[in-house]
Amino acid sequence: MQDRNGPESATRPGDSPAPAVQPPKAAERGMSSAQPAIELKGISKAFGPVQANKDISISVAPGTIHGIIGENGAGKSTLMSILYGFYRADRGEIFINGQKADITDSQAAIAAGIGMVFQHFKLVENFTVLENVILGAEDGRLLRPSLAKARRELKALASEYGLDVDPDAVIHDIGVGFQQRVEILKALYRQADILILDEPTGVLTPAEADQLFRILHRLKDEGKTIILITHKLREIMEATDTVSVMRRGEMVATRKTSDTGPEELAELMVGRKVLLRVDKTPAKPGADVLQIEDLKVTDESGVLRLKGIDLTLKAGEILGLAGVAGNGQSELLEVLGGMLPAVGTVTGRVRMKGEVLPLSGAAGDGKARRAAHIGHVPEDRQRAGLVMDFFAWENIAFGYHADAGYQRSGLFMDNQGLRREAADKMDRYDVRPPDPWLKAKSFSGGNQQKIVLAREIERKPSLLLVGQPTRGVDIGAIEFIHREIVALRDAGAAILLVSVELDEILSLSDRIAVMFDGKIMGERLPGETDEKELGLLMAGMNNAASGEAA
Amino acid sequence: MEKMPAWADVVLIPLISLILAAAISALVILFIGESPAEALNLMVTGALGSTYGWGYTLYYATNFIFTGLAVTVAFHARLFNIGGEGQAMIGGLGVAVACLYVPWPHWSLALVAACISGAVFGAAWAAIPAWLQAKRGSHIVITTIMFNFIAAAVLNYLLVNVMRPTGSMDPATERFAETIHLPTLHELLAPFSIAFSKAPPANVSFLVAILACVAVWALIWRTRLGYEIRAFGHTETGAVYAGISPVKIIVVTMLISGGLAGLMGINNVMGEAERLVLNATEGAGFIGIAVALMGRGHPAGVFLSAILFGFLYQGGAELALWTSIPRELIVVIQALVILFTGALDNMVRMPLQQVFAALRRKEST
Repeated sequence: MQDRNGPESATRPGDSPAPAVQPPKAAERGMSSAQPAIELKGISKAFGPVQANKDISISVAPGTIHGIIGENGAGKSTLMSILYGFYRADRGEIFINGQKADITDSQAAIAAGIGMVFQHFKLVENFTVLENVILGAEDGRLLRPSLAKARRELKALASEYGLDVDPDAVIHDIGVGFQQRVEILKALYRQADILILDEPTGVLTPAEADQLFRILHRLKDEGKTIILITHKLREIMEATDTVSVMRRGEMVATRKTSDTGPEELAELMVGRKVLLRVDKTPAKPGADVLQIEDLKVTDESGVLRLKGIDLTLKAGEILGLAGVAGNGQSELLEVLGGMLPAVGTVTGRVRMKGEVLPLSGAAGDGKARRAAHIGHVPEDRQRAGLVMDFFAWENIAFGYHADAGYQRSGLFMDNQGLRREAADKMDRYDVRPPDPWLKAKSFSGGNQQKIVLAREIERKPSLLLVGQPTRGVDIGAIEFIHREIVALRDAGAAILLVSVELDEILSLSDRIAVMFDGKIMGERLPGETDEKELGLLMAGMNNAASGEAA
Repeated sequence: MEKMPAWADVVLIPLISLILAAAISALVILFIGESPAEALNLMVTGALGSTYGWGYTLYYATNFIFTGLAVTVAFHARLFNIGGEGQAMIGGLGVAVACLYVPWPHWSLALVAACISGAVFGAAWAAIPAWLQAKRGSHIVITTIMFNFIAAAVLNYLLVNVMRPTGSMDPATERFAETIHLPTLHELLAPFSIAFSKAPPANVSFLVAILACVAVWALIWRTRLGYEIRAFGHTETGAVYAGISPVKIIVVTMLISGGLAGLMGINNVMGEAERLVLNATEGAGFIGIAVALMGRGHPAGVFLSAILFGFLYQGGAELALWTSIPRELIVVIQALVILFTGALDNMVRMPLQQVFAALRRKEST
């Protein structure tokens, strides 16, 4: 969208596409208050042989929060993309406030009163809030009148919905929670009556998420209709009035939220009974495996990312590192996994079973770490853990590809052996489809992660670094992945788990450390703490008794 | 994104691009008052209608295979080596050095030595931009193109001041010894009693070029180095994760790329001119970029598109000879082909994808 808006507004600044007030719509709204705000009838969409949406019909009442939940690849995003004009449905009709709408592109969607807040924000980082709000919705060649108008409207919106943001703040200076508000303001400025939010809490702290939900309720009270796409059952239960469940391209059920519960929803999503809690025995910690003393990392721009980390990890335990993304967890995992910063410095002392791990040069690279029996499931499996354009069988050795076992003779690799191994591991880790000749990008997130886990866990590492193991992974696969991680722990490995999902940290860890701003804020035992306390630590408040996070 | 069948990607898109380029060329020819049909006829018969024509087509194609492979290898590491021209020039220098200063008893030995020397010189010329990219982050596009100019200047200096035989007015080295004359296709095919025209310069280097295609294929898809190059090309973060050193990959890939470009010297310097002349590369280094783009990263594609560009070169020369179509127009036609097959790829791809999507929708209903 950012790309789309930029050039468009640059080439034809004269016409103001979206936000011009549409009198007929207001009239419609008045007449058809009993009509559903959105009604989809028989929407189907296929991508090649894949039927992403099969004959989907839903109806969303105005002034409600409607959740759409489903596993990855269930077709939620496709459906919303059709509603927002990114794709055209092969079949089916869309009605907005009872009127048949022909949504050919996102401009048409905006004109129909639909606003979308994407999971990854579409903001220009070095623009102010005000500039971002008018981007693509300028009223003329000169910016001043538009800016002045936007300033007035923003003020009105702020008081109406409690969406306070400093209009002159530059985007990269404000937190993600505020950035998200700017996205919401952008939609409201464009007269959106229907707001679609795609996985909105992925980047937020629990406190920020609570604030978001308060805002959504306020918007609802003012008559807006909200569609919330999420994979988190808890958010559905907390925030929505009705919920629709999607599975494999079909809408399998719509429930009133008050009439259902997480167990039923999970079962509907997956199509079978799901164990929501991790089934594990108490840890039996053994000897120290990893000792980190005063680890400091400076990045290429001279910023101290890790400000002296001290951690000890024992064999047979899972240490969960909680924290909002960007507080140093990534850097810690990377340094331990041998992804040293190309520019910048790493100091401190890291020992693995007593042996010092080098923190610079080739002796500290990924190969050396693997040789030291450290497995690494990286946070970003699409850019680091897998080569998306490689076949599954090529990925099954990624990182271990220089091992003698994978070489045939001299220079050549044993590709046949790799394919056999891939077929075998994909079978055992239930990767679907179990076809080594598919490229990594053709698998769903969960199956991609299973490929990475198969590769790393089968090496029987003494230490496994796991970053965001279930990000973008469907519920059915989450259960499997958690089981494998616990099994590796029970086999005596030390596991360092980084996750932004507090649920995951709480249910999987034997010990929890919370990171904030490059430091460890404290350690807790999962049985003796709760989300609220961890949330405060994640926000940098050491004194857990100090009340509400604000 | 909706997918097309593989054959459409590999065959149909280049074909449509070519037809579009040809159509616009035809309009231009029509505009200057010549008949496009006649021009096409001339080009085809001139380049492919006789063994004479084929001899030239294959000679040019040999140059383009080497430079096209050079660009292709670098592409796999997501490096845009547009210094093929300079690397081929310096490679030619290496070939000339190997041929001039050692009294080889037989051409085959000389060819092996020339291959090594040309590749080493070409690689050395690519090494500096590679090191600058890997260590200092200087963009390889900028540095390699600058090195083209430096190579031309270096060659100019050497030919005028150092390597020119005394008394000669021509900025060129002396002729290589008769003993190391590379067999032309005519001479190679004679024992099999296949008649091939004597005149054109296509020579045994063509076979070396085919070998190079096979070698590059094996390198990219069969070796550990190729695996690492491709991994690095797709995701640098991933390479670091896997313990692949970006510095090593950038340098090694560029050395291979420069070496391949340098190998071109065995064809144009040793096979054709049999001495080193000024501007011996004749832009083949740049054509290599187009060849690589059209070849879609695969040596087989590079081979085919090199033949196509060989055809355009030879056919174009025929046009200039027999019609009032100026030589410059040939360059226009070649440029159109490059434009459509390389730069405007998506212009054909997008509509075609929609066509296939529509077809599929029709099938499913």
